[in-house]
Amino acid sequence: MALNEQSALAAGASPVAPPPDAVAPVVRKREFMYRHTVAVRLTHWINALVLVLLLMSGLRLFNYYPALHWGNYGYRGVPSVLSITALEDIETDEPVGVTTIAGHNFITTGVLGVAYDEQGEPVSGAFPNWITLPGVPGLALARDWHFALAWVFAINGFVYLLYGLLAGHFRRDLLPTGGELRPRHILADIWNHIRLRRPRGEAARRYNVLQKLAYVAVIFVLLPVMVLTGLTMSPAFTAAMPFLFDVFGGRQSARTIHFLAANLLVLFVLVHVIQVILTGVFNNMRSMITGRYAIRPED
Amino acid sequence: MKPLISRRALITSGSAAGASLLAGCDQISNSPSLRWFLDFGQFMSLHAQRLLLARQPLVREFTEADISPEFPPNGTERPNGAAYFQHMRSNFADFRLAVDGMVKKPLSLTLDEIKALPSRTQITMHNCDEGWSAIGQWTGVALIHILQAAELLPEARYIVFRCMDQMVRAPDNSGFYYESIDLFDAMHPQTILAYGMNGKALPVAHGAPLRLRVERQVGYKHAKFINRIEAVDRLSHIAGGKGGFWEDRGYQWYAGL
Repeated sequence: MALNEQSALAAGASPVAPPPDAVAPVVRKREFMYRHTVAVRLTHWINALVLVLLLMSGLRLFNYYPALHWGNYGYRGVPSVLSITALEDIETDEPVGVTTIAGHNFITTGVLGVAYDEQGEPVSGAFPNWITLPGVPGLALARDWHFALAWVFAINGFVYLLYGLLAGHFRRDLLPTGGELRPRHILADIWNHIRLRRPRGEAARRYNVLQKLAYVAVIFVLLPVMVLTGLTMSPAFTAAMPFLFDVFGGRQSARTIHFLAANLLVLFVLVHVIQVILTGVFNNMRSMITGRYAIRPED
Repeated sequence: MKPLISRRALITSGSAAGASLLAGCDQISNSPSLRWFLDFGQFMSLHAQRLLLARQPLVREFTEADISPEFPPNGTERPNGAAYFQHMRSNFADFRLAVDGMVKKPLSLTLDEIKALPSRTQITMHNCDEGWSAIGQWTGVALIHILQAAELLPEARYIVFRCMDQMVRAPDNSGFYYESIDLFDAMHPQTILAYGMNGKALPVAHGAPLRLRVERQVGYKHAKFINRIEAVDRLSHIAGGKGGFWEDRGYQWYAGL
């Protein structure tokens, strides 16, 4: 069966995951599967690059008004959910970075509010220059970058969604099965994750349920929320779709959600990269570049 | 307490450090290897949003209860120069709005003549490109009424707003604030020349006696202290040629996002 499946895969077909309850044949030795199609690999890497640059230009934009509010209006003086400012220490005259979250102040000098340049000189700004695009003050340029990148993100995302639906990628690879969604199965999977147990054999042919749920949450919830909250900040877009103000609780709320969702995306990417490393960085990278993925034999 | 340096503080301070920072940005934004990509984004945004707004929907109008307690003034808060000071002292009694360029009937209107035109009051959200927003009530005349009175020539494609505030000192007057919109935005019912704000006369800090409200674009398009409206067929011959004071310094001419 393994041989047949491999030749079928080489011909471009995708693996059909057996239902989890079926008695799967035991894989005794290392074999390869064709894991990611060209469409998935290409859109994945474009997306990865664009998201990094979107984050960097977004942080530069944030620096021009480093406070988040709830509701439709928000400006200096209006209570904020979060703010990152540079203050001056009255005793030493040294700049101090202060991050305020829900009324609690944190000194974040060196990271947020105030950072140090190569010469060790303090530079005020919510996020440090080294993480922003452009790396020097430039609101017009940051806006140009953020919006041009947003178009690439949207076009790439649209291609991926179309492919995912039409080629059955979502249904086959991402949609959790009924069996996988049973609490017992999910708990077992959580236990596997805690023990850092890597899937072997047949189980390694498909995503585990936590992985599926994470991808589904990012693709169908987090990224659409990023797009829609971004569009809610556009006065021209909300002229056409004013209901977006109601969906997100206002223009400033949309900006706040945009920022929080960006943070969740960063968190996702961190966990994603850690998982890639823990489950075999060479094998994972190869499968996302060439499509070839090695299945580790069962014990 | 030391506020973060804003680009407006940078440009008005005229400090050597500020000038060199801006020059650095210009170098990056003018780099031809990247510029095509950024221009692609601007092209897509303009055309996608124009398509979306083809039927000219109105932006959301809020209620009086939604008006923000304050409304931060942006850009110039009080123009320099004896002429404007004289206007302030006489409460704009001698003020004239010139309407010229590609029009059949150039106009010179007093504030009272402008107020006699059909007025419109709208409570709308002001979106600064920096990220903050405020809500205010604006009373004024729809730009279309003035353009109809002046009778635009068929060649006219853009409306240029000349302002009384000088942002940077320049001998050739190129340091004065100016802005421009095309006819698509000029014809929109909510595009008004406002002379009233929150039920009172438009304050100096917000652009007295006349400011533009072009509700589907961000803050810097809303020119203040307007004393001349010019209809033109192209923008390339005006100041830096990009259609506005900030546009000449790298900002987007179309700022619907």
